[in-house]
Amino acid sequence: MAGVWVFADHRGGSFRKVIFEMLGEGRKIANQLGEDLTAVLLGKDVAALTGTLAEYGADKVIVAEDSSLAAYTTDAFAKVTSDLIKEYQPSIVLFAHNAIGKDLAPVVAQKIGAGQVSDVIQVIYGDQLAFRRPIYAGKAFTNVVFNAKPMIATIRAKMFEPVEPQAGRSAEVVSASVSVSDIRQVIRDVVRKASGRVELTEADIVVSGGRGMKSGENFKILEELADLLGAAVGASRAAVDEGWRESQYQVGQTGKVVSPSLYIACGISGAIQHLAGMGSSKVIVAVNKDPEAEIFKVADYGIVGDLFEVVPILTQEFKKILAE
Amino acid sequence: MKILVLMKQTFDTETKISLDANGKIDEAGVNFVVNPYCEFAVEEALRIKERLGAGEVTVLSVGPERAETSIRQCLAMGADKGVLVNTGGLEGGDEFTTAQIVAKAIEKVEYDIILAGFQAVDDGSAQVAPRVAELLGIPQVTVITKLELEDGKAIATREIDDGVEIIEVALPAIFTAQQGLAEPRYPSMKGIMQAKKKPMERYSLADLGLDAGLVGTDGAKVKIVELSLPTPRKGGKIVEGEPAEAAQKVVQLLRSEAKVI
Ligand SMILES: Cc1cc2nc3c(=O)[nH]c(=O)nc-3n(C[C@H](O)[C@H](O)[C@H](O)COP(=O)(O)OP(=O)(O)OC[C@H]3O[C@@H](n4cnc5c(N)ncnc54)[C@H](O)[C@@H]3O)c2cc1C
Ligand SMILES: Nc1ncnc2c1ncn2[C@@H]1O[C@H](COP(=O)(O)O)[C@@H](O)[C@H]1O
Repeated sequence: MAGVWVFADHRGGSFRKVIFEMLGEGRKIANQLGEDLTAVLLGKDVAALTGTLAEYGADKVIVAEDSSLAAYTTDAFAKVTSDLIKEYQPSIVLFAHNAIGKDLAPVVAQKIGAGQVSDVIQVIYGDQLAFRRPIYAGKAFTNVVFNAKPMIATIRAKMFEPVEPQAGRSAEVVSASVSVSDIRQVIRDVVRKASGRVELTEADIVVSGGRGMKSGENFKILEELADLLGAAVGASRAAVDEGWRESQYQVGQTGKVVSPSLYIACGISGAIQHLAGMGSSKVIVAVNKDPEAEIFKVADYGIVGDLFEVVPILTQEFKKILAE
Repeated sequence: MKILVLMKQTFDTETKISLDANGKIDEAGVNFVVNPYCEFAVEEALRIKERLGAGEVTVLSVGPERAETSIRQCLAMGADKGVLVNTGGLEGGDEFTTAQIVAKAIEKVEYDIILAGFQAVDDGSAQVAPRVAELLGIPQVTVITKLELEDGKAIATREIDDGVEIIEVALPAIFTAQQGLAEPRYPSMKGIMQAKKKPMERYSLADLGLDAGLVGTDGAKVKIVELSLPTPRKGGKIVEGEPAEAAQKVVQLLRSEAKVI
């Protein structure tokens, strides 16, 4: 068995950052194992995307094109991906720990009788590769090794570095034959809720609001700050339960796990379940009127005060500093 | 309609995690609960039964003896029957071996539809249900926030990174619950009393006739070699001053000290 594979899922003809992050770490794994780095691309009319994968480090791109792969379905993608793995026998396959990867990887793993490590945040290079991952929503970590190959892993976004893309770098392109017969999932509709903002889990800065926001309307002040910073807007479960934000923006144990370089928590008390979702942020700023709030225990910069007073000032000050 | 719910017992999410003398997760004094995502699944199962005015909800859990308390909790919510596969003492398993056991146990149960949590809040691996779907040869729709049943098929709303997909599948199928599917009810006093008398089937691994090579350390495909706790954050810094002044200082510190702006 040989080869380090990155499953390059794409959306509307482009890749999320996590794909480049996987290629970056995949390169290191490939160097360690002395094997090639291969990107696997499934879809319809996707050949134009192979160049980008080469620029980000893929030595080889396996392209499976078929009308049955035009949109993601578990059955079609799992069949094609597991067939490819059986044919080429890679050592390891990396999937993003996103909507597609989470749905697809365990089915592929089961089809080929492989183990899987989910939500990997670090690869440890020793005699044997080990994969570090959070358990108990980040309250502990395990290092996991595989008893056999192929190894299947899903990779958390923002944990790994992409390589600098090399313009004009090329890769060997292999077209794979596709045989999909029975797709049991029928897509009736896809509703995209584009907020116009960067995605929560990929954002470098996240501005979140909690029950202290008092209404959905009031989130406007966070949106203004977020748009100034190019940030995503998150929410505590309380804000979601109140119906002020949609659940896809919830940060925490039963929401999204984010690790931005800057997390600004406004009117959030800092319950253990919320901390689980943002505790790995590089820098945490908290705005809360209660000096005893738990959130201050994890905040690098705490501001005790009324968020309706503080947030507009923050926005103003950021504006000034960004204009410098 | 026979509805099967796959339930894992987990730590209460309030739990502070610590390690014992052997470097294992310390279970002393821990409050064990129904995995919150499984709770959404149980609630949805009960609502389906209530909507149809007929049916049976079975809750199946693979785990140590203590998992019974969480099955009873589901029965108190209104589920009809529990199935406990006791794995007490069996160590070294992983998601692959758990899925083998769950799938084998499902042979003892009749079902038209299976609901599970999309992930367990302890291991957070989101693997067991898709693996079981594959082992049973039935389709899956994961991370759902809405489920509608029409004769012989289901229409599920599945959460994706930038929105939702509406997916139709024929039954039987497995669905995994995301928050938002159904807010769990609290058991009533009557429910709690009745739960004590509801049927509970118990199986050992031997009863299921599972190949010993498929479970525990022998069956596992992955192995945990180290367990550690995160280094505590060096937080706790309040920036002094009137709110306006503090806000101004923070923005400057974010540039000059933290260098994130
Ligand atoms: C199984 C389970 C899973 C959960 N999962 C999650 C999860 O994924 N994410 C999550 O967030 N929670 C989760 N929770 C809920 C969690 O326990 C808390 O209830 C929730 O995080 C509280 O949200 P909050 O901080 O916005 O609200 P509160 O705890 O009510 O805090 C509001 C804060 O706002 C402050 N405030 C009020 N007004 C102002 C003002 N004008 N200016 C400044 N500050 C102000 C208050 O001082 C207070 O600290 C979960 C709970 C359970 C049981
Ligand atoms: N031991 C178990 N017994 C029954 N169901 C389980 C078990 N482990 C996992 N599951 C189911 O699979 C889901 C996902 O768990 P996991 O793959 O461990 O994150 C859970 O929410 C349960 O519905």
